[in-house]
Amino acid sequence: MNILVCITHVPDTTSRIQFTDNNTKFDKSGVQFIIGPYDDYALARAVELRDQSGGKLTVLNVGEAETEPTLRKALAIGADEAVRINADPVDSLFVARQIAHHAKEGAYDLILMGRESIDFNGGMVHGMVGELLGMPSISPVMKLDIEGDKAVLSREIEGGKEFLEVNLPFIAGCQEPIAEWKIPNMRGIMSARTKPLNVIEPKEAEKAAEVKAYALPPAKGEVKLIEKENVEELVRLLNTEAKVL
Amino acid sequence: MAPEDFNYSQRKDHFEGVDFYELDELLTEEQKMVRLAVRDFVKKEISPYIEKWAQETHFPQEIVKKMGQLGVFGSYLPTEYGGGGLDYTSYGLMMQEIERGDSGMRSTASVQSSLVMYPIYAFGTEVQRKKYLPKLSSGEWLGCFGLTEPDHGSNPAGMQSRFKDMGDHFLLNGSKMWISNSPKADLALVWAKDENDRIHGLLLERGMEGFSTPETHNKWSLRASCTGELVFDNVKVPKENLLPGKSGLGAPLMCLDSARYGIAWGAIGAAMDCYHTALTYSKQRVQFGKPIAAFQLTQKKLSEMLTEITKAQVLAWRLGQLMDKGKASTTQISMAKRNNVAMALEVARECRQILGGMGITGDFSIMRHMMNLESVLTYEGTHDIHLLILGQHITGIPSFS
Ligand SMILES: Cc1cc2nc3c(=O)[nH]c(=O)nc-3n(C[C@H](O)[C@H](O)[C@H](O)COP(=O)(O)OP(=O)(O)OC[C@H]3O[C@@H](n4cnc5c(N)ncnc54)[C@H](O)[C@@H]3O)c2cc1C
Repeated sequence: MNILVCITHVPDTTSRIQFTDNNTKFDKSGVQFIIGPYDDYALARAVELRDQSGGKLTVLNVGEAETEPTLRKALAIGADEAVRINADPVDSLFVARQIAHHAKEGAYDLILMGRESIDFNGGMVHGMVGELLGMPSISPVMKLDIEGDKAVLSREIEGGKEFLEVNLPFIAGCQEPIAEWKIPNMRGIMSARTKPLNVIEPKEAEKAAEVKAYALPPAKGEVKLIEKENVEELVRLLNTEAKVL
Repeated sequence: MAPEDFNYSQRKDHFEGVDFYELDELLTEEQKMVRLAVRDFVKKEISPYIEKWAQETHFPQEIVKKMGQLGVFGSYLPTEYGGGGLDYTSYGLMMQEIERGDSGMRSTASVQSSLVMYPIYAFGTEVQRKKYLPKLSSGEWLGCFGLTEPDHGSNPAGMQSRFKDMGDHFLLNGSKMWISNSPKADLALVWAKDENDRIHGLLLERGMEGFSTPETHNKWSLRASCTGELVFDNVKVPKENLLPGKSGLGAPLMCLDSARYGIAWGAIGAAMDCYHTALTYSKQRVQFGKPIAAFQLTQKKLSEMLTEITKAQVLAWRLGQLMDKGKASTTQISMAKRNNVAMALEVARECRQILGGMGITGDFSIMRHMMNLESVLTYEGTHDIHLLILGQHITGIPSFS
């Protein structure tokens, strides 16, 4: 089986978020970057599926040279080769187009990615790639097995679960507990040195959207603790200070 | 403030590392990946359980296989023997991260890598290498290293364990004490004298007749690591179990160089964990209407700790470079082991004070690290013996006896 996993290169969840250039750019200094956590689950499941059925696992990122350590980590976790499409991933459509271009050439049986990135949390790329390739795209997939040329999966829906069967090839936006995320072992890290990491130039480079400015959410206010006997004071404060009643 | 109100606890491990001098710039991407992998492993497999293990003096034997899968055993040995083919700086970073979790866990890893696998690789026959190294690197087998004896600690040259050539086998008698991993070890590398008073390494497998490994109880230190004796009562050791490559006291001392190097890094891990805990706590604990971090005396403690941790990091990093070039000397390693362990112990004590009464509980890692470091200060050459090693190097005059 030929599997493609698309990963994002995102700030660690504990990073301090700051902006530069008049609030138009994210300040990357001192920020630790990681494989997007949902992408990490997708990758972990892909490694398991590849190990079960053989074949090749390719990992792809649309990003500039700085994302290569993240791709190397994916190779250390178990991908066979990596592709970096050399462009700033400015918007979801731009990224989806790059992935679709590459996927057309790759004849993949399965394209996995996270349900959403954790930087912009768009959650749109898998749907767009499906549209561009004319393939089904399903998200958020929490369980995924391959049976012959079909995938058997379950997905979270409002208040419950949906059980699906779909023909390959298709696209899945993944989330836990599809697999337990994997820590690369030392042998993996060593072998990642020599696995191929191909850099290709983007195809259609026009951007669909542009960021005008970023703003941080307002700082959290102080917490006022009110004794449980003092309900009247609570009501008064909700009325006069919080003005929510 | 009750421990559950405090949002740092071992159950939620938010450790990120300390890098005041931007030393990360000196590491390769691969070395950083190694560090992160081991850090993630510690957060998943050690931090959530270590306080309980230490309180209950439980050695979690299943951790050996898990460490084997991660690839921390013999990481700097060639891959054909199950090693990782990684450099010494990577090995140091692994030891740092594991000891950040617990010095006992790091002891298990150090002994396996530096004191059992390394000598089999360096002094063993091809048959011995092929027979033992893959099992040890995967964690299928646990090894231990027997040098210290009840009456010979700092002075191992005086050891009394002896073996006699009986023609088709060696007959071994004697005992070893304070041996990490011994009660659970499948393989013991034992140093003993032949009939000409020459020290050799012998490989003993569990189950050999006359060979027993009683456990040492009532330790206040390294409680999650098991320690014991090795007792040899007329043990028949096959001749092919002798390590032929090197004999004399220099052989075990070479292994100690590699282990001490790992300890120089490991101690930084323990210190960083204490510092991280105390810093977080001091910003949240309020006394006299202010976080205690606002007091100059707390800031003095924190500033000095950060300074000492940073100095130790520079020492360890440079020593790693020398190790990779094959240039690190025993005395250079002594200096780093001695300095960094004493630094970590001092940091742990200062951090314990910052946490006040809370610092003595098992809800925080500090007192456990402090107690662990008392062993680390003593084993692999005591704090004072390393001074004598340096003193001899400086003056050319040995002052051991
Ligand atoms: C938890 C733990 C695990 C261990 N694991 C192992 C292991 O796996 N394998 C192994 O072989 N050993 C192991 N050891 C043993 C360790 O290496 C010894 O404890 C150490 O070498 C010191 O020996 P000793 O305890 O006999 O102390 P001693 O040698 O009796 O020393 C006592 C004190 O006297 C000082 N002293 C001794 N000689 C001199 C001198 N000439 N000048 C000045 N001061 C001196 C020492 O510095 C020390 O302060 C372990 C020890 C501990 C505590």
